Amino acid sequence: MSARPRVDMKEWVVVCRLDDIVPNTGVCALVGGRQVAVFRLDDDRVYALSNHDPFSRANVLSRGIVGDLKGELVVASPVYKQHFSLASGQCLEDPGVRVPVFPTRLEDGVVWVEA
Amino acid sequence: MRTLVVVGHGMVGHRLVEAMRSRDTGDTWRIVVFGAESRAAYDRVALSSYFEGVDAEQLSLVGPEVYADELVELRLGEQVEHVDQVARSVRTASGAEVGYDALVLATGSYPFVPPIPGRDRRGCFVYRSIEDLEAIKTAARATARRARVGTVIGGGLLGLEAAKALKDLGLETHVVEFAPRLMAVQLDEAGGQLLRRQIEALGVFVHTSKGTKEIVDGAGGGHRMVFADGTALETDLIVYSAGIRPHDELARAAKLGIGERGGIVIDDHCRTSDPDIYAVGECALWNGRIYGLVAPGYQMAEVAARHLAGEADARFSGADMSTKLKLMGVDVASIGDALGTTPGVLNYVYTDPVKGIYKKLVVSGDGKSLRGAILVGEAADYGSLLQLAQNAIPLPEHPEDLILPAREGGSKGLGVDLLPATALICSCNSVTKGGICDAIAAGCASIGTLKKETKASTTCGGCGPLVKQILDCELRKRGVDVKNHLCEHFPYSRQELFHLTRVGGLKTFDEIISKHGQGHGCDVCKPAVASILAACWNEYILKPKHAPLQDTNDHFLANLQKDGTYSIVPRVPGGEITPGKLIVLGEVAKKFGLYTKITGAQRIDLFGARVEQLPLIWRELVDAGFESGHAYGKALRTVKSCVGSTWCRYGVQDSVLMAINIENRYRGLRAPHKLKMGVSGCTRECAEAQGKDVGIIATEKGWNLYVCGNGGIKPRHADLLAQDLDSKTLVQTIDRFLMFYIRTGDRLQRTATWLDNLEGGIDYVRKVVCEDSLGLGAELEADMQRLADAYECEWKKAINDPETLKRFRHFVNSGEPDRNVVFVAERGQIRPARADEREPEMAT
Repeated sequence: MSARPRVDMKEWVVVCRLDDIVPNTGVCALVGGRQVAVFRLDDDRVYALSNHDPFSRANVLSRGIVGDLKGELVVASPVYKQHFSLASGQCLEDPGVRVPVFPTRLEDGVVWVEA
Repeated sequence: MRTLVVVGHGMVGHRLVEAMRSRDTGDTWRIVVFGAESRAAYDRVALSSYFEGVDAEQLSLVGPEVYADELVELRLGEQVEHVDQVARSVRTASGAEVGYDALVLATGSYPFVPPIPGRDRRGCFVYRSIEDLEAIKTAARATARRARVGTVIGGGLLGLEAAKALKDLGLETHVVEFAPRLMAVQLDEAGGQLLRRQIEALGVFVHTSKGTKEIVDGAGGGHRMVFADGTALETDLIVYSAGIRPHDELARAAKLGIGERGGIVIDDHCRTSDPDIYAVGECALWNGRIYGLVAPGYQMAEVAARHLAGEADARFSGADMSTKLKLMGVDVASIGDALGTTPGVLNYVYTDPVKGIYKKLVVSGDGKSLRGAILVGEAADYGSLLQLAQNAIPLPEHPEDLILPAREGGSKGLGVDLLPATALICSCNSVTKGGICDAIAAGCASIGTLKKETKASTTCGGCGPLVKQILDCELRKRGVDVKNHLCEHFPYSRQELFHLTRVGGLKTFDEIISKHGQGHGCDVCKPAVASILAACWNEYILKPKHAPLQDTNDHFLANLQKDGTYSIVPRVPGGEITPGKLIVLGEVAKKFGLYTKITGAQRIDLFGARVEQLPLIWRELVDAGFESGHAYGKALRTVKSCVGSTWCRYGVQDSVLMAINIENRYRGLRAPHKLKMGVSGCTRECAEAQGKDVGIIATEKGWNLYVCGNGGIKPRHADLLAQDLDSKTLVQTIDRFLMFYIRTGDRLQRTATWLDNLEGGIDYVRKVVCEDSLGLGAELEADMQRLADAYECEWKKAINDPETLKRFRHFVNSGEPDRNVVFVAERGQIRPARADEREPEMAT
């Protein structure tokens, strides 16, 4: 795959049905060429952030365990266990690291992501 | 802004300034500190190291930041002479006046010089400051008349320190003590005697029960000390170390409350009779007592700082006088009621006159708790014993084991405290126990900060549990209440949560957290609860209600590798495999292009499988009769075996068959951590069973059972639990042992660490498991039988369940693979590409 300039235009894309995601887990969706980790919480809130784990450089954040730390909803990287805020993408262990987050929408049981 | 004036810049005064600055986050106080000495605070406790070449700089306690802090003004060499309580100001010898809103007297103490005629002769010193040491040194080395003999008056803690200093200066050294033994406050007769012998062996002359009547001219131009019993001693130098007296002159002049025998009277908040004036450290008299150790002074400084910062209920409630030190190379420690003055206490005593060791435990009348202890000659157990005494931890069944030397194969069960500071804890980042302790001393109080500070456990994480234990242990030593709660979501330890789950019949994480926890859970408690649920009920771990709890390895029933691919380890019970099955593994690896390696556990690991390939690979493996090997789980991994009596000329039992049977009984068993086992067919031990959690070694009569061995980060040989068992009793015993560990182990605690931290050690395990002392035997066996009966191959179930299979794809909305996974060839197989071998833009 060769380097190519990314078109800086975001669009809303359907990624899956809500039922495709087991509550309190994540899946990975391909949205405009980007790998997006989409998480469903037990109250059916949906969050999306980059699937790329900046520490291991593997595309695995969707496979992390979700939970909360001091009230902040987070996913733990399955590789080295750093925590990322589901809302902001901020890494809790390293103030200098933040992964991209994407807006989500739930309509008629269908999950949309803007990326 | 208010002004705090501190009089005295010794160790305690300095601690007070530090405490104030860290508590006063709003910068509401400016602090003016007066030090009468020209030096800023230094470590007086380490004073005798001054003669070992440690210089004043190294002893200094003051970092450059105190001078850089604009809210702290340090005025050295200025003696405060007057306190005006009405105007609320102090005046120095040079006439400077400084107003205060609050005043802290940290004036310390001075050495007591007994009123002996002749005490002020030339060549008589005290032992208190760097200047005192300088003077002693100068006198000892004076060229005109070089001193040859030095004598210390006082055989207490500080006196012996002074004696060491004289010895270091090359003098013939004498210690003269009024009491019948050395360190009379801390040691009993036997302990004092032993210490005396040890010190005399080093060439120091000790004279006890000697009252000095007068000091007169000696024969050789030095002194002659004349004792009350008529004897005398010629000496060139005399150092007084007969106790301390509080520096309370300033307070006396200000008419503050003063004790009958000196000392500034303070209340529980460290306030004097003037509520704007505090006193801390050795000048202060609390509850009729002056504390001559630095630790209580530090506690007072903390209390005063907190009270000044607005914590109205900050209270000093007395201090523990336990102490441990090395006196001239001899370890000496004294804990709590060392002399056993509490009515009804019992003593346990151990003496080894050859090695010069004396240990005494003072135990409560009911034998249940430790009240005090004395250790001379070997004080490595000080930390553990102090914990026992201070935390009223119930004593093990045989308290004498705490002071008896560890017998062969025995463990005192005192855990990480026994590790020396040089022990390497994190081999990935070369962090020693000492390094971890230093970071804790510097303020790291959580695993998170500790990892950040030391880098320990940040790479492979294998030392995590060990780091946690050291942290707990160190914090406890500092008097911090240590909670072994699982995480912020559960105020329980794993053991407690296991009990609640099992007894409460709780079957899901939601039930458990709503009943016993709070919040959503996290990556610590979820897998821990998943493991507990599996060990209690053994339901399929990928059921939708259990799946979100699983670590990625369990979630995908494979081992995550650094590039996001997985490895696969099919079960090969006992390491026995037919050629046909071996060929299948080869064919599958070839077909899917997997990297193949023989593991250390007699199995074959297939690497480089993408998540969507896992079910395809397992379909073929299951069809060929393979089962999941649980290499991904905190579960039984493997039972390694040697070839045994079937083929081997030396084997005495069929170790392969035993290994297969054992592996099939415990396959899939989930535990606090992974479990490894081994079976050897004779004592040559080719299966290395003594390095396993459960090791079985054949004997002529049956099987010997070893437990709690470990390879890995901290190798540990297994302990012999039982001998010459028949096959049935062997399995029964392992059932009980494993269930007992699963019930009581901490999260991610291997059996080796579990045992090392279990009070009573292997003897206790033997009682519970072999002698059924808790009456749990039948229950533990039944629990294990239930788990064995509920076993099913997780992969066989997965490939036959369409709902589960849905999870095994990289993209939920595309069949594409992850393009970030790139392999290159090496030695005829694949390996993950390094960053420099990839094209850019792969990350997106």
